[in-house]
Amino acid sequence: MKTIKKYIPLYIMLLPGFLYLLVNNYLPMFGIIIAFKNMNFAKGLLKSDWVGFANFKYLFTTPDAFRITRNTIGYNAAFIVVGLIVSVTIAILLSEIRSKICVRVYQTVIMLPFMISMVIVSYLAYAFLAGDTGFINGVLKVLHIEKISWYNEPKYWPFILIFINSWKGAGYNSVIYLASILGIDPELYEAASIDGISKMKEIRYITLPLIKPTIITMVLLSIGRIFYSDFGLFYQVPMNSGALIDVTNTIDTYVYRGLMTLGNIGMSSAAGVYQSFVGFILVIIANWITKRYSSENTLF
Amino acid sequence: MAKKGDRGFQILANAIMTVVSVSTVLPFILLIIASFTKDTDITLYGYSFFPKHWSLDAYNYIYKEKDQIFNAYLITVIVTAVGTTIGLMISVLYAYALSKPRFPGKKFFSVFLIITMLFNGGLVPTYFMYTQIFHIKNTIFALIIPSLLMNAFNVILIRSYLQNNIPQALTESAFIDGASEYQIVWKIVFPMAKPIVATIGLFIGLAYWNDWMNGLYYITNAKLFSVQQLLANMMRNIEYLSKNANTNINLSNIANSIPKASVRMAIAVIGILPILIVYPFVQKYFVKGISLGAVKG
Repeated sequence: MKTIKKYIPLYIMLLPGFLYLLVNNYLPMFGIIIAFKNMNFAKGLLKSDWVGFANFKYLFTTPDAFRITRNTIGYNAAFIVVGLIVSVTIAILLSEIRSKICVRVYQTVIMLPFMISMVIVSYLAYAFLAGDTGFINGVLKVLHIEKISWYNEPKYWPFILIFINSWKGAGYNSVIYLASILGIDPELYEAASIDGISKMKEIRYITLPLIKPTIITMVLLSIGRIFYSDFGLFYQVPMNSGALIDVTNTIDTYVYRGLMTLGNIGMSSAAGVYQSFVGFILVIIANWITKRYSSENTLF
Repeated sequence: MAKKGDRGFQILANAIMTVVSVSTVLPFILLIIASFTKDTDITLYGYSFFPKHWSLDAYNYIYKEKDQIFNAYLITVIVTAVGTTIGLMISVLYAYALSKPRFPGKKFFSVFLIITMLFNGGLVPTYFMYTQIFHIKNTIFALIIPSLLMNAFNVILIRSYLQNNIPQALTESAFIDGASEYQIVWKIVFPMAKPIVATIGLFIGLAYWNDWMNGLYYITNAKLFSVQQLLANMMRNIEYLSKNANTNINLSNIANSIPKASVRMAIAVIGILPILIVYPFVQKYFVKGISLGAVKG
């Protein structure tokens, strides 16, 4: 009893965070039963009728289920590959550039997009893409090319979204890879330099192999999150344009629209549970692989 | 050190990074220039880096119509200040307790935290819980409490830092000397953990400053709009107009309520201005925090 008493201050310190997690994270977990009910507000959640998997059956008979899964996974896969190439390249260049002032300036600038919200990003994108007044259409006009109605043309959006995602994330991710490169023993480069090895070979045979663990960890972490998408990127940046819905609807935007604009709680909650469960399995698998690969970098 | 081809490589590397940096910063410059462009220029010639007429009209307009915008700014500042302070407090306290070598129930509190990283209930149950049980819709709590206050990732970062940088012997001897756990946290742990507290504080603060999703879910009362939500709503009104441009619905009310292009851009500039000003001074904390997160999640 006396030992417990000694620890009481610790429990008091844990209490606010514990209560917050309980409310914000755990209570909604039990709320997933909404997906298995026919939600009736007059009856309340607990007294609404159970419908089993009816909401899920219905969701998976619509073409939406396939489309939102394809978009969520497809975009994330592209983001992982393109983001990796861009940020590793930037990190290597930054590590090689001698002028420390230049490196600082480059790094400051490329981290800027990380600091702003997707709402601001949507304003920046609009200034370039707006139909009548956008900067790009202005350039096309000068070149006597017919203007493009960007917000009504789905075919361009996979590229636009991948570009914006890389633009926003490159700074952040390159910081991680740069930290990893700066941790490499400088003697390796000195030895290579004495042997007269070219820069390209140095990068290929020293830098890349030695940052491989970081790359693998980062990729696995992203794979663990592949069922989740950035709501702002897919909703706010394309301005919720109906013409683009085929290529911009992801699980997150689907759940939001179902809940807020369509009032289809059954479908919306079923899609949410689908995301939570598959997401859970993926993050467990990704973490398990990471653990086997390097025990230091696991999530838990 | 200098060897054949190295000079060429330096030039190439700098050239690539210059192109990357310039293309990163160009959208921001276009935004700022647009806010100083005469509005009719934007309507007639579109957004341009070299406007025909410069003008302060947008900022004058904001100053004249300051009530709504100042109010949004006030909401953003209050929410950011309160959210960051409380969030930082409860995160550091939770992390400090977990950094203790052993106490009954430590494992439970640790697992309790980690599970939140693996599984979540999703938007629908969260939305119903906050609106139907806690009734936070259209209250300032809706901007502070949901999802942003504390997350497992930050707590784990703080805990690792405390474990590695604050010797157990120090807090233990303070304890033996008669200091209470609370005094230890306040007088020893907080001051010694300054770097990580600054880093995590900036992350939380940035998340609050930039948040618009809690507003999207829970706020419909214009008096509680943050800057971000104000901007998001203006964008949605434009989209609504363009969708219904060919219908007979009387849209003049909505059209009149949307500020002109240059004004919108000026509001966006004001929204990111504090970030642009503070950022160069705190960048090193961000870099440190990001590398820290990569090393040990």
